Amino acid sequence: MAVAAIGEYSFEPLDLEEKFHGNRLLYVGWEDHLLFCAPFAFPLPPSMPFRDLVEKVLPPAYSYHPDFARIDWAAVQWFKSGQPWQPQWDESLEANGLRHKDVIRFRTPGLTGIAGSCS
Amino acid sequence: MDMQVAKKKLGLKEKYQVMTRDLDWTPTYQKMEDIYPYVQYEGIKIHDWDRWEDPFRLTMDAYWKYQAEKEKKLYAIIDAYAQNNGHLNVTDARYINTVKLFLTGVSPLEYMAHRGFAHVGRAFPGPGPRVACLMQSLDEMRHFQTQVHAISNYNKYYNGFHDFRKWHDRVWYLSVPKSFFDDAITAGPFEFIVAIGFSFEYVLTNLLFVPFVSGAAYNGDMGTMAYGFSAQSDEARHMTLGLEVIKFILEQDPANLPIVQRWIDKWTWRGYRVLTLVAMMMDYMLPKRTMSWKEAWEIYFEENGGALFRDLARYGIRMPKCAETIAFEKDHLSHQAWCTFYNYTAATAFHTWLPNEDEMQWLSAKYPDSFDKYYRPRFDFWREQAAKGNRFYNTTLPMLCQTCQVPLFFTEPGDPTKICYRETDYKGMKYHFCSDHCKEIFEHEPEKYVQAWLPVHQIYQGNCFPEGTDPTAEGFDPLKAVLQWYNIIHGRDNLDFEGSEDQRNFAAWRAQATRNV
Repeated sequence: MAVAAIGEYSFEPLDLEEKFHGNRLLYVGWEDHLLFCAPFAFPLPPSMPFRDLVEKVLPPAYSYHPDFARIDWAAVQWFKSGQPWQPQWDESLEANGLRHKDVIRFRTPGLTGIAGSCS
Repeated sequence: MDMQVAKKKLGLKEKYQVMTRDLDWTPTYQKMEDIYPYVQYEGIKIHDWDRWEDPFRLTMDAYWKYQAEKEKKLYAIIDAYAQNNGHLNVTDARYINTVKLFLTGVSPLEYMAHRGFAHVGRAFPGPGPRVACLMQSLDEMRHFQTQVHAISNYNKYYNGFHDFRKWHDRVWYLSVPKSFFDDAITAGPFEFIVAIGFSFEYVLTNLLFVPFVSGAAYNGDMGTMAYGFSAQSDEARHMTLGLEVIKFILEQDPANLPIVQRWIDKWTWRGYRVLTLVAMMMDYMLPKRTMSWKEAWEIYFEENGGALFRDLARYGIRMPKCAETIAFEKDHLSHQAWCTFYNYTAATAFHTWLPNEDEMQWLSAKYPDSFDKYYRPRFDFWREQAAKGNRFYNTTLPMLCQTCQVPLFFTEPGDPTKICYRETDYKGMKYHFCSDHCKEIFEHEPEKYVQAWLPVHQIYQGNCFPEGTDPTAEGFDPLKAVLQWYNIIHGRDNLDFEGSEDQRNFAAWRAQATRNV
């Protein structure tokens, strides 16, 4: 549907990739850990290896949670837009098919937050 | 010799006719569509503007008289409250944060409502609705002014009151109420009046005003209570106008029904999302609670709103679609919202805190199906950590909903352990939403919402730092720069209530007022 308007109504989206100074937005959510109230938004270079996302970007964001240090990354289940997904750790975000404003989630089997409350 | 003839006084009915309907005329040398260019394009068909029934036969001269009386009473109370250091009589200093939330989140909307009603009053060709909109426009201006005057007393003593106008335009959580009203005033006149006049003023206003005003009364805040009461008689008029608008539009043409129903669906949901702030205020921020958010929702929406929509069924209007989703959320909304502000209080202009044990018991009694199971463990953990000097401050920015601009903290309807994610593609880009309803609103008018000024994305684009900031400089601290741009003073306006200057000052001043110290 088009906007009901008195004339031509067409505007540039405010969040085009080129406005992020070479970065792309990537949203990341940790399933069953709602101590972090919402998924995070990160501006990241597409050339960043996926490994760096996990080893450098996520720890400062998540390490407050006691479960974070217990994660067995080999057992982690990944999802992209809600669908099961397998990242290649040594490939870049770009090569892993992550586009501007993609959303990924990870589930850590056996870890379900504070006292199992999904917090 | 001229005879002095006593002028015959107009009867009420005649006076009303002369001072409203008779002010209108039919233009002869300009076309109607040139004078009223916004009345056609939304697709609403009005055949006879004279069928408008004025719900209150008020003329402008009477309006000024009534309002002046109200103002006199109000300012007498506000002055007395100020002169007697009334702020020291509130239950405890945490309460003052609800006033901060009101001033920054709600009062600017009153001003926007003033602008919106002035605009639609000009846009409607019928003299009846035009006069009604003029009065409401003036009411809204009055509400804005009286709120600012009443609350300005707090600015003399407490933090977080000094720059509410700028905050409304800039601060991340205030983009939620701001975008709500910006969405409404950029719509056509009919959508605006259904959105604000009906969905907000009629269906939802009791959930905004009653909690704040009775919360003020329960917590000893006479100033806020006084402006609430002063506004209340205006609000009654606004509700009546909102209902008349719906009936008038629906009676004019059957083709109006689907358009109006879509607006009611949209704006009930948009308004409800804004009320998230009220939910957490009621359940977490009032030291002396009035009722729980869940109880308020059940009384004011499910019962009263249910009766309203049964009444409107004869026009073909049904309950807004979102009611079902909201029923799922009512056990969780306030807890999830307060946890979010607890996370991000390093970037808020008010303080947050953990509920104490008494308050936790109240929460678990009011929310037997959700609090102990999902939220108490979270608060227990945070309390343990805070006691060790490790209070949680989340400094990684959250993902936001493209439509309501709230962080994606709402959970799936029926599963409070899973965040609700929704997305869509539009012209090669992904857009994300907190719910089916926000997604549907976007998909109906994507061109409008692709322009959304999402605070998190704006920060990452570099648009929220003071002029001259170099984000590439070594040791650049983005949070610090954003707070500077907001004009929120770090360590004073933000962070936990425990240890805040507000807490210390209130304790010291109250001690001086009540003891010999």
